[in-house]
Amino acid sequence: MSGVNREAVELSIASRRFDVNQVRGDFPILSEVVRGKPLVYLDNAATSQKPRAVIDAISHVYEHDFSNVHRGVHTLSERSTAAYEQAREKVRQFINADSTKEVIFLRGTTEAINLVASSYGGANIKQGDEILITAMEHHSNIVPWQMLCQRTGAILKVAPINLDGELVLEEFQQLLSDRTRIVSVSHMSNALGSINPVEKIIELAHASNIPVMLDGAQAVPHLAVDVQKLDCDFYAFSGHKLYAPSGIGVLYGKSELLEAMPPYQGGGDMIRRVTFEGTEYNALPYKFEAGTPSIADTIGLGAALDYISSLGIEQIAEHEKQLLDYATECAQKISGLRIIGTAEQKGAILSFVLDTVHPHDIGTVLDHYGIAVRAGHHCAMPVMDFFKVPATARASFAMYNTFEEVDILMDGLKEVIKVFG
Amino acid sequence: MMNDLRDLYQEVIFDHNRNPRNFHVMEDANRTVEGFNPLCGDRLTLYLNVQNQVIEDASFQGSGCAISTASVSLMTEMVKGKTEQEAQSLFETFHKITTGKDDELKLEELGKLQVLAGVRAYPARVKCATLAWHTLDAAIKNEADSVTTE
Repeated sequence: MSGVNREAVELSIASRRFDVNQVRGDFPILSEVVRGKPLVYLDNAATSQKPRAVIDAISHVYEHDFSNVHRGVHTLSERSTAAYEQAREKVRQFINADSTKEVIFLRGTTEAINLVASSYGGANIKQGDEILITAMEHHSNIVPWQMLCQRTGAILKVAPINLDGELVLEEFQQLLSDRTRIVSVSHMSNALGSINPVEKIIELAHASNIPVMLDGAQAVPHLAVDVQKLDCDFYAFSGHKLYAPSGIGVLYGKSELLEAMPPYQGGGDMIRRVTFEGTEYNALPYKFEAGTPSIADTIGLGAALDYISSLGIEQIAEHEKQLLDYATECAQKISGLRIIGTAEQKGAILSFVLDTVHPHDIGTVLDHYGIAVRAGHHCAMPVMDFFKVPATARASFAMYNTFEEVDILMDGLKEVIKVFG
Repeated sequence: MMNDLRDLYQEVIFDHNRNPRNFHVMEDANRTVEGFNPLCGDRLTLYLNVQNQVIEDASFQGSGCAISTASVSLMTEMVKGKTEQEAQSLFETFHKITTGKDDELKLEELGKLQVLAGVRAYPARVKCATLAWHTLDAAIKNEADSVTTE
C-alpha cells in the first residue's frame, strides 16, 4: 500500500517538527503485543491512551501528595488542593475561559450535559418549550434532554443531517422558534467525524437570545477550542478522550448563567453554611462540585493538557488530518467499502461498512491482526438508522497513529474481505 | 486465515452466512418475535408455526453478523419438528456450551450447532450466537413480542 503522496505528506509533517515516533515513545501501552502482533490502536474516539506524563502525575500524587481537597489545614491537603486547583487553571487556559469559576470538574461529558439539562433546564424550560439538537448526536446529548422533556412537557426538536453527515443549516435555522429555550449540539460527531459549523449555530441561536451548549467530547482532543471566541454558553468534554484519565471531565459555563442556576447535587464542598433550617450554597465553581472529587484524575488531566500544549494542538490536528486524508484515499480504493460520514469539515474518524461483512466480524478479524477498531452503533443509534446500517466499523486516529498503521489497517481489511469473500 | 480465527469462523458458519436457510417471512406463523442485540445493532424476526407444542416450521428475517446469522439459520433447521420442550432443552445445552459454563457437556449433543462452540473464546461475541436462542425462548414462552440480549 504505497502511494498517495505519502512521502510528501511525511516530509511536510517532518517540517513542522511533529515527531510521531517520539510521541509514541511517550505512550507505554503502544508497546503492547496483541495476539502476537504489535498493537495498532485505532479506537481513539472511544477513548485515548495515556502518556507517561499522565501516568507519572497520578503516581506522584498518590505517592507524595494525596489527601482530600479544600478541607484540611495539614500539608498534604494543601498540596493536593494546590495541584487540583492548578489543574483547573490549566483547563481555563486550554479552552480560554474567562475565569476558573467557569470551569466545573465532573465525571465526564455525560454528567456535564445531565447537569445542564437538570439544573439549567429544570429552572428555565417549561411545558411546550423546545430544545433543539441535531440528528448526529451521541445518546448522551439526546437522553438527558428526553428525560427533561418527560419531566416538564417540553418538546425535543431534531435538526436533520444530509447524506454526507452534515447538519442542514437551513433546516436548523427554521427549527429555531420563539419557544426554543436551548440548543445543544455536538462540536464534532463521534460516529461520523463531522465538525459542526458551531460559530454559525451560535450566531443564529444568539440572534434569538437562545443559549447554546456544545458537546465537545470529540472535538477537544483534535482542534483548538476557545470558548470566549466561540461565545458558547456551555461546553462539555471528557478527560479520557484527551489522553487524561477516565472519570474526570469538565463543564464550562458562562458565569452569569452558572450563578443563576440551582445546584445539581447537594453535599459537602458545595455549601457555605448548613443548618437544619436551610443551606447557603458555595460560590462557583464549587456550587456544582458536591462531594470529594476525583482528585488524582483531575491532576492527571492537568498533566495531559501540559503534554498536549508541549506538542501544540495545531500540530496534532495537522498530523491527524494527514492521517485521515491518507486513510480516506486508501479506503476509497477498497471495492465494496462505503465510508459513512463524508462531511467536508471532518475530524480524524473513518466510519465505514463493507457490503459483504458485518462490522462485528470486521472487528473480530482485525483484532487478530492486533488492530483495535470499534464496531457497533457508537452510541448513536439514530445516526445508524439514518444511514440504514445496523452498525459501522470505525477507525479513529490520535496523535500517536502513523501512516504505517493505516497501511496495516488496509491490509487487514483486504484480509477480512478475502476471508468472507 | 489464522488457525485460532478458523476456530471461530468455521466453514459451516461461512456457508450459513452466505446462504442462510429458512430466510423468509412465514405467512402462516402463529408466533412472531423480534430479537435485538443493542450492543451491535443486530435485529432478527423469528417466525414459528407451533401445533400441539410441536414446532412445525421456523423461519427468520433480519440482518446480523456472520455468527448471528449462522446461529439463527442453524437453529431454524434444528428445531423444526422438535417439541417446544426439546427445543428449550437444546437452548439450555447450547447456552452452557457457548458461555463455557459446563465443560462436561458433550459437544455431540449439539449436533451441527457445535460449530458455534468457538465463540466461548470470544466473550464479546457470545451474544451474537445466543440472540437467536433467546428469541426462540421468548417465542416458546409466548411472553413478549420483542427481546434483547441485554
